[in-house]
Amino acid sequence: MKVLVPVKRVADYNIKVRPKSDGSGVELANVKMSMNPFDEIAVEEAVRLKEAGVATEVVAVSCGSAACQETLRTALAMGADRAILVETDVELQSLAVAKLVKVVAEKEGAQLVICGKQAIDDDANQTAQMLAALLDWGQATYASKVVVADGNVEVTREVDGGLETVRLALPAVVSADLRLNEPRYATLPNIMKAKKKPLDTLKAAEFGVDVSPRVQTLSVYTPPERKGGIKVGSVAELVQKLKDEARVL
Amino acid sequence: MKSLIIAEQTGGQLSPMTGNLVAAASKIGGEIDLLLVGASGVAAAAESARAFPGVTRVLTSESAEYAGFTAENIAPLVVRLAGNGYTHVLAIASAAGKNLLPRVAALLDVGMVSEIVEVVDVDTFVRPIYAGSLLAKVRCAERVRVLSVRATAFPAVAAGDSAAPIEVVAPSGERGKSKVIGQQLAQSTRPELTAARIIVSGGRGLGSAENFAGTIEPLADTLNAAVGASRAAVDSGYVSNELQVGQTGKIVAPELYVAVGISGAIQHLAGMKDSKVIVAINKDEEAPIFQIADYGLVGDLFQLVPELSRAIASA
Repeated sequence: MKVLVPVKRVADYNIKVRPKSDGSGVELANVKMSMNPFDEIAVEEAVRLKEAGVATEVVAVSCGSAACQETLRTALAMGADRAILVETDVELQSLAVAKLVKVVAEKEGAQLVICGKQAIDDDANQTAQMLAALLDWGQATYASKVVVADGNVEVTREVDGGLETVRLALPAVVSADLRLNEPRYATLPNIMKAKKKPLDTLKAAEFGVDVSPRVQTLSVYTPPERKGGIKVGSVAELVQKLKDEARVL
Repeated sequence: MKSLIIAEQTGGQLSPMTGNLVAAASKIGGEIDLLLVGASGVAAAAESARAFPGVTRVLTSESAEYAGFTAENIAPLVVRLAGNGYTHVLAIASAAGKNLLPRVAALLDVGMVSEIVEVVDVDTFVRPIYAGSLLAKVRCAERVRVLSVRATAFPAVAAGDSAAPIEVVAPSGERGKSKVIGQQLAQSTRPELTAARIIVSGGRGLGSAENFAGTIEPLADTLNAAVGASRAAVDSGYVSNELQVGQTGKIVAPELYVAVGISGAIQHLAGMKDSKVIVAINKDEEAPIFQIADYGLVGDLFQLVPELSRAIASA
């Protein structure tokens, strides 16, 4: 079983991003970029499936500029076997990424695609579901446990009321939630080895799909800051403030 | 304008966030048709749904394939209905809504706008990005605008005495892609987290599941509050995942949010900073939670929280 893992290059988790000075977007010049943390969890899960003898090959794919090669090398260092860059300088939104990854999934004959549940930049939480729709495959989002057996995948999902287990016939799309696993760090020997693993570049323009942005960003700005309040000295003072000042008790 | 809003129901009980969904659709204006699907209970939920002012029609589809609210089975129905001239399709950004809507959008071949917090006009919406540290104003001029709605940003419309007509629509059939085979849903007599007027949340400072239960729950009982938790508390196994408040958990905005032993990581703040009044109890006076708390109390939570429970009970 071949597993495909789409990965996205985003501003590093620890960076506090700012709007551009003209408010037209997010300032990403000279910002440290990393793999989307949810995608790291997806890569880890795919690699564990291979280590368990369930998956035969793990292929990482990233759509975007040439700089995404760096993100793909991280996936290779974590244990992916091969990587594919679908290169374009167009600003890609979820639907466009889903269309491009669909082509790759079909060409590769992938039986399982594991995505991160959302990217921490645009927080869209769309690509996995859109990809499943376009492939006409089942989808199991927000996975906290994945078990592949007998041509099915059983996925425990984090839902509003607790947990839910779904069974999907393969091929299928899974999206990884926080508690699915703890991704490994790429070790130095593995980083060195990853440099020799195959990384193919395909041109998005040759895929014959419409990747034009469908949603236009008009402006990006900082939300109004919540003002800090006061420190109270005792429980009695707190209760009095909540009753008389805030009037919530 | 004509909106199709997809409401959720369990066993005939309408989701408490339905009023927020109606409110968001009302900002767009025009007709609002409310869709209810399920394997059972749809008719009872429809009776509640028809009472919301602003709802033009209630569309119902009850069929076995909607058990488990699987996106694979519901999306084809929504896509078929969307062909009837709807300009907008909306659902609450709940786990179910977030799971369903992108599948609908892709089948319609339209871009989607997630977690809107403001309707500027029929094509223009505001949504948080980067865990809520920034807001983006976006324009979506697709023929159908597919939008998920952050409930807390739209104060709920209360059900009134209107009686919108109920129309039954044909189901779209079992797609055979997925099946819900198990559920572990929390049983609680407390108010639901996203609908509660007061929330008491605990974090890593509680130290253990026993301490969490022994400290947070009595205060929640005293206040008739829902119980929440930080990601750290969930990851450490103090409580189960459905109680997590934050960017990747529940987004809440109660009248009173009491954060106990929670340092205030950005992803937690993203889930609760729109609460009306925030109280923080933490031993570390430098904890970031104090920067947004209306009332901060520095000290040992194991002493302060029981004291607070007693003070409120006797007040």
